[in-house]
Amino acid sequence: MNGGMKERLQAWFDHRTGLETAIKKFLYEDIPASSGWHQVFGSVAAFLFMVQAFTGALLAFNYAPTPGDAYNSLRYILTEVTGGRLMRGLHHWGASMIIVVMVLHMVQVFLYGGYKKPREATWMVGVVLLLLTMAYGLTGYLLPWDNRAYWGTVVATQIGASVPLAGPYLSRLLGSVGDIGVVTFARFYGLHVLLLPPATTILIAMHIYLVRKHGVAPAIEDEGRPTKKFYPEQVFKDTVAIFIAFAILFTLAVAVRVPLERLADPTDTSYIPRPEWYFLFLFQSLKIFNGPLEVVGTVLLPTLAILALMLVPFVDRGRVMRVTQRTFAIAVVLLVGIGWAGLTLAAVRSTPKPSPVAEIDFSQPTDWMQLSPVELAGVGYFRRENCQGCHTIDGSKPRVGPDLAGVGSRHTGAWMMQHFQHPQDMVPGSSMPAIHLATAQLNSLTAFLLKLTPHNAEAVQVAPAFAVDGAMLYQEKFCGSCHQVNGVGMKVGPGLNGVGTRRTAAWLAQNFREPQKMSPGTMMPPYPFPAKDMDNMIGYLLTLPE
Amino acid sequence: MPSETSRRRFHLTVIYGLGAVISGLLAVPAALYLLLPPRLRKTDDWIDAGDLSKMDFKVPVEVVFRKNRLDGWKLTSEKKTAWVVRQPSKALVAFGPQCTHLGCAYHFEEDTKQFFCPCHNSVFSLDGRVVSGPAPRPLDRYDLKLHNQKLLLGALKESNGASV
Repeated sequence: MNGGMKERLQAWFDHRTGLETAIKKFLYEDIPASSGWHQVFGSVAAFLFMVQAFTGALLAFNYAPTPGDAYNSLRYILTEVTGGRLMRGLHHWGASMIIVVMVLHMVQVFLYGGYKKPREATWMVGVVLLLLTMAYGLTGYLLPWDNRAYWGTVVATQIGASVPLAGPYLSRLLGSVGDIGVVTFARFYGLHVLLLPPATTILIAMHIYLVRKHGVAPAIEDEGRPTKKFYPEQVFKDTVAIFIAFAILFTLAVAVRVPLERLADPTDTSYIPRPEWYFLFLFQSLKIFNGPLEVVGTVLLPTLAILALMLVPFVDRGRVMRVTQRTFAIAVVLLVGIGWAGLTLAAVRSTPKPSPVAEIDFSQPTDWMQLSPVELAGVGYFRRENCQGCHTIDGSKPRVGPDLAGVGSRHTGAWMMQHFQHPQDMVPGSSMPAIHLATAQLNSLTAFLLKLTPHNAEAVQVAPAFAVDGAMLYQEKFCGSCHQVNGVGMKVGPGLNGVGTRRTAAWLAQNFREPQKMSPGTMMPPYPFPAKDMDNMIGYLLTLPE
Repeated sequence: MPSETSRRRFHLTVIYGLGAVISGLLAVPAALYLLLPPRLRKTDDWIDAGDLSKMDFKVPVEVVFRKNRLDGWKLTSEKKTAWVVRQPSKALVAFGPQCTHLGCAYHFEEDTKQFFCPCHNSVFSLDGRVVSGPAPRPLDRYDLKLHNQKLLLGALKESNGASV
């Protein structure tokens, strides 16, 4: 194609659509000479919003927005779908990052006095965008429907219900009268994916339109200096900043696991709810205002803070000054920052250590929960004897010894028992050392190996140490002589599956120490375990599925 | 000192280069996420479809059984049907219940001793071959094995070898 033809085509296209002219007009904007790196945050926030929209849409392709199914489909995304963990990681960490970047953007504009006449409306739209972003955080928090999501939302909706006058209406609006359930879930989901995104899009468009209408705010030193073009120099700076933000986000999504707790359990009375980190300061401020004063923390202060933010351009109406001379603005930012950090830190420090059960990560397979105590104890001996130093168990390339996935179809349990004690008798020339464990312990190891398949290998490897230790103790104390777990054991005492929904950890501990007192007439002897063993044992019992 | 044009060229290279890297890092995982099949956990392979001692195979038997199907994040139990026929060689064969033309349910005709599909009049012989009609290939077959007088059915295989 010759040059003339290409130009003619371009001209035709632009004449019919006006697209090229529009893009050029957008890019070749005049900006003040003082513009530079400090003004990149708005672009980064807009970029992060697009990442959220993109990853959110992808997550929705594999997500069922009803309680119960929501949890299962998210687990499906995390454990079965290729790249699902990455998508959720990007969406999760992106939500936090967007808050950070928006606050940085706001602080920059505030310090430079960029909201001054005639840019008041630009600032106010920005404040509304910040509130919308927090609304995303609040509504999105519920969507995994795990215990954390459920209990966090219970607290949030109850704060809403405590608002004077409007409280009952707010409760009804959020479907949270009495309890939260399917209605609240549907409302939050609707807000999160149907209402908020178009509202945000319109407001971002308005925000950018206003920035263009009034131009980028000039600094005092810009007087008499020639303007620059937005493209390519400022776009270059924006792109570099966007790339840095994206690199951080991508690293977080790959490297830092976003946990998923167990399915929301409205009967769990021991759960300690905490909101997302950027709401912790609000959460903490409620501890300062008790009783009739609570409304100060729940309604009055947040409303005043929002009002103050909105009215900033009308309060500070002085002339534009150098940023270094705006000592009052700097002091305000510092004070707010210190206050926020103090409250957040206090909230973090007052967070009690969660129970071991709350730390089980359901974002990975949990097949180990289906193992019988003897098999799970076998996992413990497998780890303690460091079998994986020589053997793989997931069907991958064998190391020194053979891969053990599916070993149960090659050898019998009796063969394994013999082999553990006298490896060379069974496999002449084997370099495997004999395993010096008691017969019962070798039995456990055998039971586990008979159960091992390439399918459950990964799921077994992630069994948490406290549960494995608990199962080993369970075996050691012959709990199975009276109790049944996952279909294995006697039925003299009560079955232990789902005991976590019937009893609390404190009750179980007391029952181990003084069974007669807690369960009069029981045949159970006392087991005054040392603290560590007690934690492991109870932690293990609480993981048992119903 | 670099000239204005080389400075501009550097800016443009970085803008489009980093833009491409970001787009790639989002687009490639997104494509894998949407296009690769999920790592399906195994469901039970062989389903007990009935007690052999209670069946005689003078005529084809329509066997109904339940099979667990993993549908995304949901495990559903589905009703399945198979036509089990004893071949002249005494071997048992289990046919899938749908006509290979457009998937209608066919049935056994006593008088002709053939399978007949009422939708477009496809006719199959007792060994599954197409006798007449528009059906493009013989009837699909289940993997089948016998264990302790139990009839065990596995995956439904298309008669051209592919799995359904």
